[in-house]
Amino acid sequence: MKQESLTTLQEHWDITYNHALGETGSHFYNALRDEGKILGRRCPACERVLLPPRPFCDRDFVDTTDWVEVGTEGRVEAFTVVFQSFRGLPEAPYCIAYVLLDGADTAVLNYVRGIDWTPGNVPQNIGVGTRVKVAFAEEREGRMTDFWFEKA
Amino acid sequence: MREVAIAGIGQTKYSGLTDQSYPELVRAATKTVLEDAETTIDSVDAVVVSMAPDAIIGVSHGERWIVDACGAAGKPMMRVHTGGATGISAVQVAAYHVASGMYDTVMVVGADRVGESGDAQTILNRIWDPFYERAMPLNTITMLAFQAVRFMEKYGMTEEHMAAVSVKDHKNGCKNPYAHVQKEFTVEDVLGSRMISWPIKLYDSCPSSSGGAAMILTAGENVGRFPHKPAYIRGLGHASETYWMGDRMGPKKEVDHADSPALTQAAYAAYKMAGIQDHRREIQAWELYAPFSNIELHAIQDVGLCEPDETLKLLEDGAFDIDGDRPVNPSGGVLCANPISVTAMVRVAEAALQVQGRAGEHQIDGVKTALATGIGGDHQHFGAVVVGDGR
Repeated sequence: MKQESLTTLQEHWDITYNHALGETGSHFYNALRDEGKILGRRCPACERVLLPPRPFCDRDFVDTTDWVEVGTEGRVEAFTVVFQSFRGLPEAPYCIAYVLLDGADTAVLNYVRGIDWTPGNVPQNIGVGTRVKVAFAEEREGRMTDFWFEKA
Repeated sequence: MREVAIAGIGQTKYSGLTDQSYPELVRAATKTVLEDAETTIDSVDAVVVSMAPDAIIGVSHGERWIVDACGAAGKPMMRVHTGGATGISAVQVAAYHVASGMYDTVMVVGADRVGESGDAQTILNRIWDPFYERAMPLNTITMLAFQAVRFMEKYGMTEEHMAAVSVKDHKNGCKNPYAHVQKEFTVEDVLGSRMISWPIKLYDSCPSSSGGAAMILTAGENVGRFPHKPAYIRGLGHASETYWMGDRMGPKKEVDHADSPALTQAAYAAYKMAGIQDHRREIQAWELYAPFSNIELHAIQDVGLCEPDETLKLLEDGAFDIDGDRPVNPSGGVLCANPISVTAMVRVAEAALQVQGRAGEHQIDGVKTALATGIGGDHQHFGAVVVGDGR
């Protein structure tokens, strides 16, 4: 008897959200878009400057109190260079890194641009400890992609 | 608390095939566990469903689709979800059900079809907040590449060490009839495989697997009703880390993204509950959740299988091989099959098979006690279960 072929059914999800950013997220993005500033929030107990900014410190479980403008240079704490493109994610290759910006106590994630990556040249071009600087987009829209890192 | 015994274990063959629907896989796992325990669905008092992000199978609230497939109509049923740790969390919830005296016999069951969409990493990107982090292509590969980079910096791990883990696990996977990947690799094969997210390469990575698994847990006094040598759940532990990976770096970090103190906390809580004094001596088999080769190395040291400065040397010496003195992932581990919703349950199931002497070709001689672990979220939720052959 001939084996019946098994079939599949294709579906696609297309869902729109308008995510509430809250006071903290709104102010961070307004300052980034309008003034080209990166702002963190200070915890009154441990005095860490949290970046990305949050309304409370998870460690002390208290509300953060004031805004602190952080520097535009920093140190790479972790990185990866992606060589595999995934449907729905950016075209490879690209580098993303967690950077401890001067004046911040937690690392923030963004692209590291300006390097032509090959699988063989990664460790020569970036490492934990590499100094990078922030570059801002000329046309900013209040998104994390309004800035990125380049080697200092 | 009452003693909790493992009365049955069911697994389907893990694969990349698309020949069965999600309910069919759950049905297959349920049938297999009932056959293994030589019992019927009527003996099951409650069901715990092990189900990770349901966007992977493409049905929100997907557990409602499988009430019938796992025989839960008319019974208490709840779904557990802690990402990659889901399976071990679900086993723990089932164990609480029995230990508390609420139910005598509980089935924990699940399945996954990671290849269903082909966009698993896009789905997994959506586990990050839409405000600050999702715009960067974070996914479970990049988040663990960050771990690898920090582990290299802190402990001196090389790409060759990662490859050696992959070679070991794939060799073990060839002995496991349920493994998705049953192929041996050399270190050169792994180093030469496609670079995915530096330093993680294709053969450092788990496959996208379909398959189902189930376990039946019962009160200790019932073990005589079931056919196999009993294995008992002797210790349970669970702990979580901060959501923010960027807080696990820099001079003011409390934990380092290279390590997982929460895994240590979970494992040592399980050892304490099990009454284990010297886990390196008292535990003979280790099923440690590790979807990428680098993760196995930090898991080894974070569960205290060795000191952090010994891990790489012991790996080179073959201590973690199936015939070494600290065998890790005799089943081939997550590198050989990752049906996400049940992957961490399979770690517990494999630990139990070792204790029962039922692991077949990958059986280690004389296992009295075994440890299973699970990891979920952005390297964030950690579970540990000690399985032993008695009190």
